Amino acid sequence: MSKLYTFLKYLAITLWSIFVVTPFLWALTTSFKTANGVTGGPTYLPWLQYEPSLSGWKSLFSGGGGIDIVKPYLDSLIVTASASVISIVLGSLAAYGLSRFSYRAGFVKNADLIFFFISQRIMPPIVLAIPFFLMLKWLDLLDSKIGLILVYVALLLPIAVWIMVDFFNNIPRQIDEMAMLDGCTPLQAFLRVILPNSLPGMIVAGMFCLIFGWNDFFFAFTLTFTDTQLLPVAVVALNSSVTPWWSLSASALISVAPLLLVAFVVERYLSHGTLAGAIR
Amino acid sequence: MGETGLRRYKLVFLLPGLLTLLAIILFPLLFTIRVSASGWDAITPELNWVGGSNYATLWNDVRFWQSLARLSGMAVGTVLIQYVLGFALALLVWRDVKARRLFRLLFLIPMMTTPVIMSVIWRTIFHESLGPANDLLHLIGLGPYPWLTAGGWAVASVMIVEIWQWTPFMFLLLLAGLISLPREPFLAAAIDGAGPIRTFLNVTFPLMATVSIGAIMIRLIEASKLMETVYVLTSGGPGTASETSGYYIYIKGLRDFDIGYAAALSITYLVIMIILLTLVGKLLHRVLVGGRS
Repeated sequence: MSKLYTFLKYLAITLWSIFVVTPFLWALTTSFKTANGVTGGPTYLPWLQYEPSLSGWKSLFSGGGGIDIVKPYLDSLIVTASASVISIVLGSLAAYGLSRFSYRAGFVKNADLIFFFISQRIMPPIVLAIPFFLMLKWLDLLDSKIGLILVYVALLLPIAVWIMVDFFNNIPRQIDEMAMLDGCTPLQAFLRVILPNSLPGMIVAGMFCLIFGWNDFFFAFTLTFTDTQLLPVAVVALNSSVTPWWSLSASALISVAPLLLVAFVVERYLSHGTLAGAIR
Repeated sequence: MGETGLRRYKLVFLLPGLLTLLAIILFPLLFTIRVSASGWDAITPELNWVGGSNYATLWNDVRFWQSLARLSGMAVGTVLIQYVLGFALALLVWRDVKARRLFRLLFLIPMMTTPVIMSVIWRTIFHESLGPANDLLHLIGLGPYPWLTAGGWAVASVMIVEIWQWTPFMFLLLLAGLISLPREPFLAAAIDGAGPIRTFLNVTFPLMATVSIGAIMIRLIEASKLMETVYVLTSGGPGTASETSGYYIYIKGLRDFDIGYAAALSITYLVIMIILLTLVGKLLHRVLVGGRS
């Protein structure tokens, strides 16, 4: 029984692992192919089944046959990082307020305010896309990084508030009370005492902001055209009728690579139990 | 500190974030409601007033209601499968497994990758003659299957990709929940001589009820927005066989520039989703927590 159980357990783990890595391995092998290697039917092993070539990877930096990946990469980096930082700053402030003070405006109380923040995640992108399009057009921010950053803050701020409220709730109130007895204003207490203690929560919130910001396609697709082009849009643009699968695969791998670092960090906090407090 | 001083600080914390969100979200929402009562399209791009006629049209728009039913089925189906798989995977690497942290890392990776970009890769995998899906299934005597070119298969392909992409998120939330569980109930169960199955049914699953509801609701909310995967994999096709509401509204609004009608569709879609998700949340709560506590 116990031996069979162990066998089934590792079998299940192995099967799922294979499912997880399949697309990456396929993209990796395809990225070294040429037109002949793709149109001849599916092949998997370089040298044995097809002659590997670096042209797919080279095309990412020359623009020949593929895309120039450098500018979309930088644009994605700037937009995602800026929106994440703004969301974490505004989100932490709001979350700290909601965790420590009681607000009341008519029938609206703290719980309603928290719900308002989090409920924004329910909004389907398409519902916002049309008014965003017109709004950015009036503000003359269509096809610009600043316009996208604004939109991404709206997407990421709810995530930051959601994670940080619970995180601050788990930090004992006595800590801020002590600081205030020592003569700190609430803002000073927050900056000097609470912030240093909430770094893990902010890192977790930051990771989620980075994931959802870096991976957004729809808003980048509908709100930018030529001056600004983010990575997902640039890669999907390759998904046309005559698809250079090799450039496509190379660009896909290079685009998702930075987020693998995020996976390392998330796993670390998960296994150390920090996420448990932050996520509930 | 005086009462007024404290009040000022309260607002210093809350207002920047709240006002930013209100400014970015509330205006578009109110504007969409107004636009939905206009005949704004490519020929007459203006905010005229047509009353509820867009809503009357959508009442009879079979394509919209079909897309909504299809979306609901796909969302509930994928999330249920993700929950079962995610829970199983979380239990597998919770404890007593070699290279536990390596597998945890591996299982998290798909959710970190860009959905549309991975969908592009999946599209090459599902290619009928040049992709590996049919080629590998042929080895065990199956197929070839029309992954992206026949109605039912297109829906199934989208669901496979969604499951690949988002089971990790379910896994993450459930494993975080498992790790934070107290030890005492498990010790008590072990002393009573309960086996793994009885321990799961009587201890683990009940203790995980709130985490489960949270995880399922988060995923349902995200799944109710499903459209990017559809856009890349099938473009809603063949025909409209895999079209979800979001994708249909996208075509009406930003392809055909039938903005007024798309706005009416958007508002209807949003309201129906909020109602359905609220009902599902209440139902889940009653089923999983109700009888106890």
